Amino acid sequence: MAFATARSPELEEALGPGSPIVVFDRVSLAFDDNVVLRDISFTLIKGHTKIFLGASGSGKSTILKLIVGLLRPDSGVIWVNGERVDNRTEADLMKIRTDLGMVFQEGALFDSLTVAENVGYKLLEEGAPDGEVWRRVDEVLGFIGLSEFIDRMPAELSGGQRRRVAIARAMSYKPRILLYDEATTGLDPITADTVDNEIIKLRDLEEISSIIVTHQLRDAFRIATHEAVHDDNGLRIVPADAAKAREAEFIMLKDGGIHFEGHAEELRDSRDPYLRSFLS
Amino acid sequence: MLKQVEQWVKAALLEVQEYVQLVGRVSGAVVTRPYYYRDIVLQFEAIGVGSLVVVSLTGFFTGAALALQTGQTLDRFGARTLVGQLVSASMIRELGPVLTALMLAGRVGSGMAAELGSMAVTDQINALRALGTDPLRKLVVPRVLASTVMAPVLTVIADTFAITAGWIISVTNLGVSTSTYWTQVQEGLYLGDAWQGLIKPVVLGLVIGTVGCHVGLSARGGTQGVGRATTNAVVVASVLVIAVDFFLTPLLMRVLY
Ligand SMILES: Nc1ncnc2c1ncn2[C@@H]1O[C@H](COP(=O)(O)OP(=O)(O)O)[C@@H](O)[C@H]1O
Ligand SMILES: [Mg+2]
Repeated sequence: MAFATARSPELEEALGPGSPIVVFDRVSLAFDDNVVLRDISFTLIKGHTKIFLGASGSGKSTILKLIVGLLRPDSGVIWVNGERVDNRTEADLMKIRTDLGMVFQEGALFDSLTVAENVGYKLLEEGAPDGEVWRRVDEVLGFIGLSEFIDRMPAELSGGQRRRVAIARAMSYKPRILLYDEATTGLDPITADTVDNEIIKLRDLEEISSIIVTHQLRDAFRIATHEAVHDDNGLRIVPADAAKAREAEFIMLKDGGIHFEGHAEELRDSRDPYLRSFLS
Repeated sequence: MLKQVEQWVKAALLEVQEYVQLVGRVSGAVVTRPYYYRDIVLQFEAIGVGSLVVVSLTGFFTGAALALQTGQTLDRFGARTLVGQLVSASMIRELGPVLTALMLAGRVGSGMAAELGSMAVTDQINALRALGTDPLRKLVVPRVLASTVMAPVLTVIADTFAITAGWIISVTNLGVSTSTYWTQVQEGLYLGDAWQGLIKPVVLGLVIGTVGCHVGLSARGGTQGVGRATTNAVVVASVLVIAVDFFLTPLLMRVLY
């Protein structure tokens, strides 16, 4: 099997702007007799945002783990960045993962390493020169506003800071797809907003395709309906125009299937009783 | 009832299968690159240096007690002067390897299970994989290598402390002269004993390392799961140490003597 380096021009074009970057085709997965996902299909377009909603245990984290190849589906096909990930060996997956950044639920920072070592982990692992790594670590921590915590241990950080370090770690090696698993759950509204802003900034300024898992409607709507602009007045987060807002799509999971799929406005206007109970 | 037994047997067989797979994958990873040298050095230090005190004390007191006990028994046959032979032979062939391994199971096996277990339940193992690191190479290989290589080293140290303690007791308590004791220590030793005393701990160290890592990596269910994994690792590793020693002893006797 060929990898990113060996793509034909035709495939390169097919993977250009407006093309799908993550595709699920009738994916099913069960743990023993607990069916978590049943025939799930969706497509994420390059530079767009998918927001997964659903009660806890509805399979949101499982979907992200399938994308990274940490789990294998029982059936169905998953494409990431033009490569199938559902039937690959761990060695193949390692190469595909260089274009994927995942922010785990609760962060999953390595607690034996400092913040800097966590953020620079992948670059060091790939054998990048030390100076280059620490420069990038500085840059990324500056981007998320945690420069002064560079030498702390994860245990010495607050919950919100830990999530932001997790985001820094996931973006440090410039993947083109970022997956966020409940990056704002359990945070106060002000801290949650700063995390949301990072997600918006990465999407709009670095052209990253994002998949966001949350059950906090407030954060989901904020990410869907805002955009980051960088102009003469500096960097600002402003309400997005209608076309931009339509680039973010919501998917509501329920009982192993997709209960709802649509944009922020459609979700807000929905009369579905289950959605209403979730929204209120 | 029958169904429960069936389920239990199935689960046990699955567990054994997974364990054997892990051992197989570790063997593969030990002979191929990449190696995480820094982690390997750290584990040698943590397991080797960190266990020195425990193992030395265990050896010392076992040797001392052994000398006292055998001194009394040997008196009945008027053979008190043979105490050195008894201490050295039983320590080097049997007690040194087994007691050191039991100490390591308690100290090192539980540590591995707790550390890898908490990494597993907080998704740190998954995070490693997502960042392109094979947890087997980064976490398991260094620990298994360290416990396999350090177990015989620590056993030799325990033996040394035990034989020294035996000497102190013999001289102070049993009235056996220093030269008699050390002559007997040497008399009691065959080349086969030395090999047995080195090969056993290699196997036992391998068992402790792989069991600790396997149990840790398969921990599920939050902090409670980590607690369970830690206890399980100690219990399983300790019982296996004694069982493996039992089966290894006749095998080595046939091969080495
Ligand atoms: N490794 C696993 N083994 C067994 N069951 C699992 C595992 N991971 C998740 N599950 C089960 O799958 C379901 C979905 O889990 P998850 O995707 O974590 O839900 P969510 O992230 O939406 O809260 C839950 O019922 C959970 O118990
Ligand atoms: Mg989850």
